[in-house]
Amino acid sequence: MKNKFLKSIFVVTLGCALFVSCKPKDSTDAVEGDAAQKVYVAPGKYDEFYNFVSGGFSGQVSVYGLPSGRLLKVMPVFSEDPQSGYGYSEETKPMLNTSHGYVPWDDQHHLDLSQTNGEVDGRWIFANANNTPRIARIDLKTFRTAEIIELPNCAGNHSSPFITENTEYVVGASRFSVPPDNDNGDVPINTYKKNFKGYLSFVKIGKEGQLDLSFQIVAPGVNFDLSHPGKKESHGWFFFSCYNTEQANTLLEVNASKNDKDFIMAVNWKKAEEYIKAGKGKRIPAKYAHNTWDEKTQSAKSVIMNEVLTLDASELKDICYMIPCPKSPHGCDIDPTGEYIIGSGKLAALIPVFSFTKLKDAIAKKQFDGAYAGIPVVKYEAALYGEVQKPGLGPLHTEFDGKGNAYTTMFVSSEVVKWNIKDLKVLDRKATYYSPGHLMVPGGNTEKPFGKYMVVYNKITKDRFLPTGPELAQSAQLFDISGEKMKLLLDFPTIGEPHYAQGIPADKVRNNGQLKYYDIAANKHPFATKGEKESKVVREGNKVHIYMTCIRSHFAPDNIEGIRVGDEVYFHVTNLEQDWDVPHGFAIKGANNAELLIMPGETLTLKWVPEKKGIFPFYCTDFCSALHQEMQGYVRVSPAGSNVPITYSVGTNLPKE
Amino acid sequence: MNRLFLLTMFGFALLTSCGKEKSNTDQDFSTPAAAEKTADAESYDPKRGLGKYETVELGASLDKALAEKGLKTAEVKCTSCHKPTDEKLVGPGWKGVTKRRTPQWIMNFITNPDPMIDKDPELQAQLELCMIRMPNQGLTEDEARSILEYMRQNDGVK
Repeated sequence: MKNKFLKSIFVVTLGCALFVSCKPKDSTDAVEGDAAQKVYVAPGKYDEFYNFVSGGFSGQVSVYGLPSGRLLKVMPVFSEDPQSGYGYSEETKPMLNTSHGYVPWDDQHHLDLSQTNGEVDGRWIFANANNTPRIARIDLKTFRTAEIIELPNCAGNHSSPFITENTEYVVGASRFSVPPDNDNGDVPINTYKKNFKGYLSFVKIGKEGQLDLSFQIVAPGVNFDLSHPGKKESHGWFFFSCYNTEQANTLLEVNASKNDKDFIMAVNWKKAEEYIKAGKGKRIPAKYAHNTWDEKTQSAKSVIMNEVLTLDASELKDICYMIPCPKSPHGCDIDPTGEYIIGSGKLAALIPVFSFTKLKDAIAKKQFDGAYAGIPVVKYEAALYGEVQKPGLGPLHTEFDGKGNAYTTMFVSSEVVKWNIKDLKVLDRKATYYSPGHLMVPGGNTEKPFGKYMVVYNKITKDRFLPTGPELAQSAQLFDISGEKMKLLLDFPTIGEPHYAQGIPADKVRNNGQLKYYDIAANKHPFATKGEKESKVVREGNKVHIYMTCIRSHFAPDNIEGIRVGDEVYFHVTNLEQDWDVPHGFAIKGANNAELLIMPGETLTLKWVPEKKGIFPFYCTDFCSALHQEMQGYVRVSPAGSNVPITYSVGTNLPKE
Repeated sequence: MNRLFLLTMFGFALLTSCGKEKSNTDQDFSTPAAAEKTADAESYDPKRGLGKYETVELGASLDKALAEKGLKTAEVKCTSCHKPTDEKLVGPGWKGVTKRRTPQWIMNFITNPDPMIDKDPELQAQLELCMIRMPNQGLTEDEARSILEYMRQNDGVK
């Protein structure tokens, strides 16, 4: 994608001089007068909005407060997290299992909040993994990853995880078309046109959020880039932008930019459901992992699934339609009314706006321009509402304020442009200093945007912040969009490369049954230790299970002897606290993984295989009281085959001399 | 200047003292943890403590089943730090506590420890010895009452 932008930079450099705002002028441009007041959230006061920001190649999701831009949390999703032990503790390891085995990292691009009647509801947020295609659901009562489902037959799960207006489906699709998993993939790469396919995944979301890969649509091998569901009138449809309709397989920056128009693929998923009911689906073998977190046992399990139901778009002629879209469309955004489908030809210097009413009409009247790989192509003019002329260079993404305006980022000319959806006139433009990607208005992709703030996420931010070596922080820029003109209020650095984000009024999340600690009485972890009296050490062959508790400020037991070199030692540590914000940590010298960070009332397990004899101290890593430093203990490790018996204690094994 | 500083510090102490007292998981987060139980120092009743319990009626004799339940709860949430004897572990031993304190003081303290530690002169003195604030263990009303009954049993009530 970036390569393609590079090419586009050459293309537009000539025209660049025409645009005043085309080149970042000076990164130090001052903001207007009262910006500081508007973003200042006094100590002890809360922000108005949660801003969930994708962590890009960090694989995580970060949470910021708006308008302050304060970082509230980094939630581990697709990558191991040494801070919390996610991916290191025995309970969380299954969350990162896939059909390729344990995958400790991914590239997290987009987020979507659950909705009810087209409005954000604060129950869950969904996240995609691009590299090893997956979709995660994060529970917003705990801010923890609750479920991860892998998508088979897919590569580069980019146009994901967008969801429908009542959280019926979350989707995924291939940015890199590939041969289906169960086909012979050992084929020459230049047989792309013949052997490669693009699969669209529709994952059904249950009442409690459970993910179920309901069906996949087999589509032609192109690059599916982004997507958004229809709303209101267009509910029941999904729209996917696609590029590389040339079906090139090498040097795509040139070879995938040849056609003047690529497509937005309109998918009638209600129709697809009808076909499935009518038995038109075909089950094919496909291996994928489905990982779930059980709050009661505080453990994850991973199940490998073996088949998937598919529908072939070229056989079932009325589920998919191609809408021609000027040159390499990237973003594909639907306005709050559901009527307007906004493409953004990232190599085209205009923004095409399609009308859902006209699209339906064109389909009814069969106003087609032939077919593409067996899928009807709607006539461009028949679906087009109009074009925004000269909006800027490299239009990428569009969000809405609910007041009839759209906001589009311009990657090449580094600006954000406000325009009116009805008359397609540009109303305002503001420099964003260095190459914005996505932008976000809280609720801006729903039927009810909260059009007060807008955040623009920069992909490249050369000198917005103090230099930190060759690598610089990407940034987010907060704008006030309550008035006629946009006003830049604040810059703040982000983790990874931020892509898409979601925003929601704080009350919708924090008043939604936030969990402050786990009720120890409800802890059904098989190795939970409810009270120091139950703490113990049990040897089973070369496995040793240590049932340990922690409370301010000691572990029980804190003296353990009789462990042998080569034993598999499992520290099952239960945090006995029942108060907010008193996690305890657990780390032991030489462990080859990470620490544990155990929330109040929770049990977590660290596996440790000692390789040397000696005394190994362990301690609490998360400051817990004035006596935190004293929260420590010792494990004695004897040589393999030693006959030192297992003993353990707290408070009784006193000094001998 | 000095007065202003003191006033500010006092106000700050009031605010922070209440930060951790709430334990209801479905509480409303829409207002900052506010100064709710912030009666000033003069109105603090050291016999009653600070919390929802005005008086607690005790039976003439021990409720054995309740005391047993209390011990079970205590073993999960309390005995990591308190011994049934008069020996200090992390916190003071429990022996004699029901003779030193009123039932309402005990009930208020174990369900609402943080604000009481900030107010009660004897708890302040205790904190200087233990150097660790008693955690709020999220006791329900029933759990707290059962622990009180166990404490009575521990003190010889038949």
